[in-house]
Amino acid sequence: MTAHAKFPSPYDLKTPAGAEGWEKLYPYYLQFQNSLRDKEDGKFWFCDSQHWPSPFKPFDAVTVEFAVKCLGQYNTRHYLIPPANGVEYRIHNGYCYMSPVAVAPELIGGRVPHFMERAGYYFQNWDRLLANWDKKVRANIADLEALSFEPLPDAVPLDWITGGVGLDNTYALTETYDRAIQLLYKTWQYHFEFLNLGYAAYLDFFSFMKGQFPTIPDQAIAKMVQGVEVDLFRPDDELKKLAKLAVKLGVTEALKSGSVDEALAAVGRESNGAEWLKAWKEAQDPWFNFTSGNGFYSTDKYWIEHLDIPLGYIRDYVVRVQRGEEIDRPTEAIARERDRITSEYAEMLDADARAAFEGKLGLARTVFPYVENHNFYIEHWSMSVFWRKMRELGAIFRDAGFWKDADDLFYLNRQEVRDALFDYGNGWAVGAPAIGPTYWPPEIERRKTILAALATTPPQPALNNPPDVITEPFTIMLWGITTESIGRWLDGAANTTKLSGMAASPGIVEGRARVVRSADELGQIQQGEILVAPVTAPSWAPIFGKINAIVTDIGGMMSHAAIVCREYGLPAVTGTGRASSSIKNGQMLRVNGSTGEVTVLS
Amino acid sequence: MGARAAASFIVPFEAAREADFPRIGGKCASLARMIAQGVRVPAGFAVATDAYALHLHSNGLEATISERLSRIVLDDVDDEEKLSHEIRHAIVAQPMPGVVEQAIREAYRRMSPDGQLPVAVRSSATAEDLPDASFAGQQDTYLWVVGEDAVVEKVKACWASLFNARAISYRAENGLGQIGVLMSVGVQKMVNASAAGVAMTLDPINGDRTKIVIDSAFGLGEPVVSGEITPDNFVVEKVLLQVIKQRISEKDFELVADRAARRTVERVIAPERRTLPSLTNAQVLAVARLAKSLERSMGCPQDVEWAIDADLPEDENLVALQSRPETVWSQKKKQTTAVYETGIAGVLGTLLAPVQAKR
Repeated sequence: MTAHAKFPSPYDLKTPAGAEGWEKLYPYYLQFQNSLRDKEDGKFWFCDSQHWPSPFKPFDAVTVEFAVKCLGQYNTRHYLIPPANGVEYRIHNGYCYMSPVAVAPELIGGRVPHFMERAGYYFQNWDRLLANWDKKVRANIADLEALSFEPLPDAVPLDWITGGVGLDNTYALTETYDRAIQLLYKTWQYHFEFLNLGYAAYLDFFSFMKGQFPTIPDQAIAKMVQGVEVDLFRPDDELKKLAKLAVKLGVTEALKSGSVDEALAAVGRESNGAEWLKAWKEAQDPWFNFTSGNGFYSTDKYWIEHLDIPLGYIRDYVVRVQRGEEIDRPTEAIARERDRITSEYAEMLDADARAAFEGKLGLARTVFPYVENHNFYIEHWSMSVFWRKMRELGAIFRDAGFWKDADDLFYLNRQEVRDALFDYGNGWAVGAPAIGPTYWPPEIERRKTILAALATTPPQPALNNPPDVITEPFTIMLWGITTESIGRWLDGAANTTKLSGMAASPGIVEGRARVVRSADELGQIQQGEILVAPVTAPSWAPIFGKINAIVTDIGGMMSHAAIVCREYGLPAVTGTGRASSSIKNGQMLRVNGSTGEVTVLS
Repeated sequence: MGARAAASFIVPFEAAREADFPRIGGKCASLARMIAQGVRVPAGFAVATDAYALHLHSNGLEATISERLSRIVLDDVDDEEKLSHEIRHAIVAQPMPGVVEQAIREAYRRMSPDGQLPVAVRSSATAEDLPDASFAGQQDTYLWVVGEDAVVEKVKACWASLFNARAISYRAENGLGQIGVLMSVGVQKMVNASAAGVAMTLDPINGDRTKIVIDSAFGLGEPVVSGEITPDNFVVEKVLLQVIKQRISEKDFELVADRAARRTVERVIAPERRTLPSLTNAQVLAVARLAKSLERSMGCPQDVEWAIDADLPEDENLVALQSRPETVWSQKKKQTTAVYETGIAGVLGTLLAPVQAKR
């Protein structure tokens, strides 16, 4: 990364043609304000395309708001993570950009005792608190499920008159909507109650393993801590069970044909059909609250609303069962594999690292089930119910003429939905047409055009000037953003003074180049020079004591040059392709045998 | 040393026992050890160091060699080369003792009743492959040698290669002695390699023991070892046995047999084939498994030469040609004893100095 390389400022980015006015789709506090340009440009922002890969519909922005706000609160206000507060977030041209907020260095020390007390309490009481979490989240889902949006009737019910209720139906409607948003807010608070701590403990093990084995794949570390029985796999396991049951009960032919309704009806006509239909029904709650999306978009399709998806999988599994295949997850083999991987890495550790390995692995295995399982309870189950309820509300508006499709509701932001509810109730109360049916259809069309225009332009990977080194733990942990990855993003500019090849023998040195094309020229080599050659031969050994590094055009990691250089502790870059033709005698070079880079300095 | 029984000059690889290892050199001992562990290795035999010693002794060569060595000025490349040449000439110019020559001829005929089997004749020095003194390509190897006369001649050439200039200077630098170093020679059925190369059970760049690093090219493996071509490079994660990195290079020639001419030739590779991987993914993993199992059975990181033999059936065509201890990283001593925090203190430490800052 060169010193001046930077990403564009959001203030200099052009709005894609046709997307003018996109700003009004999102709340003011999610936007880069012109009045704050100096401050905002002083921060480094990266695009979170991992969770939000496509431009937001206005309503869907609630997911980033609640998620990232709640992430922040646990760092900043619950556990007082010493070096890290939350993450600032903005929406720009439809994508979201994040900027982690570091704690001022002088304040870090003061937070340590609080962190030890608060986070320590969670780690020490993990299982009990997690059991409580499970109860809270299930209750929250039940509350969401119990929400019911009713269209406004022609008249307030008679028993509300006789009961002296003194309220109308719009009151319940707005209250239910507010409650839905509050329950969603609670969902995301709960989501982060354990997640940051879980990741922190996992990161501790992860970072320990990377320290021991710098290039160990992330996946290998994950395999050592991951669970065998994971709720996230249950939906799929349920489908497998249903497929096997269908084979056992002999209803596979009936199941194979036509639409979901046709297939279920055909199964119902089979003698054993009722048993299968009962199992099919039972599996749905809660396991069909499952999406192949990530839960952050109103467009994510959940099985429970699209039964053709799980039925399609069941049909595929039936075919495999009938072919005699074993479709169950090989849990025993998975457990054995986890043990094998763990012990093979443990064997490669030094004795003094073994105890730490056991301790850190133990904590990581305690916290990791949450990291794996929360996803089912929050992103799948809770969000499935929430989106479904919002669609029910959208259908009421549709029936009241506000828009054409229930899902058009998501072109309004969450505050505008409340406005529209008032508008709907207002017209109903006054006995005059609401304004929405006139106002929203063209406005929704306009917003669709804007979103389509935003989607034509991919996001910037990041904005503004990156820090020299990324040290903020949650940036690394949650988003995997590192100094290297930023360097790669910036690597667009081709550099004519750099050659790259195989990092064949580690170390960095600088020196004058001596280009040697044949053994005849070996006599010219002066002490301390860097040998640049098309290739080297074993017979050149006598000169290895003179030179400080080797650069070759061809040859690999285990070529003669590489082996000998490692033996002599000389940096070597092999296989550069063109060093001996592009480097001139006497040029100053920097050879980095650890990265495979050769830089012509002068 | 008097005349010895013919049997003591020849040690078939599959018959070699631990007690024979000092007499058959590092390379042959490694082959014998691998065979004992059930690893697929091309058949062959070692011409034991006793044969070399008898050759020097019965021809009075020790004095000639010592005299030349005493005149060598190390680091004077030209001078070293000239005296080295004189020594080597003296070794090959003398006739081999009859009893040794007979033993070699008989051993070759046992492998090849028709006398037409191509073999590789390889130096197997007693110092070259010691764990603390690796040096690639020090002594000579002759490929595709056919017929007993040629085998006898190449055995002598291998003996002589003990005194090539680079070997002399290497031994001098490493304090290995000169005249006391003995040479065994391996005679091994030639592999008809469709691809070959080397595998190390650690990453030679940083000593990372979680990696197996494979260099591979089409044809025989010698150009890979000598650095004459840029091989394909595969990095396999050792525990997961996954190829995590691969760099396919442009391989412009391959070393293959010219059966008519009874030798190997550098054959130009057709342009469309040059940038194809020399190994399939499955073959990369098979090589990695071979190297991993050799590391396990030898008890330390290994440097393995291997080949895919086109004459053998699929799934049985991977053969090991050499396995020796890795020497560079295995000798590095850990500088400090680290102290590690666990529990919440460990978590705090990680949050304050995350992985990125440590790299």
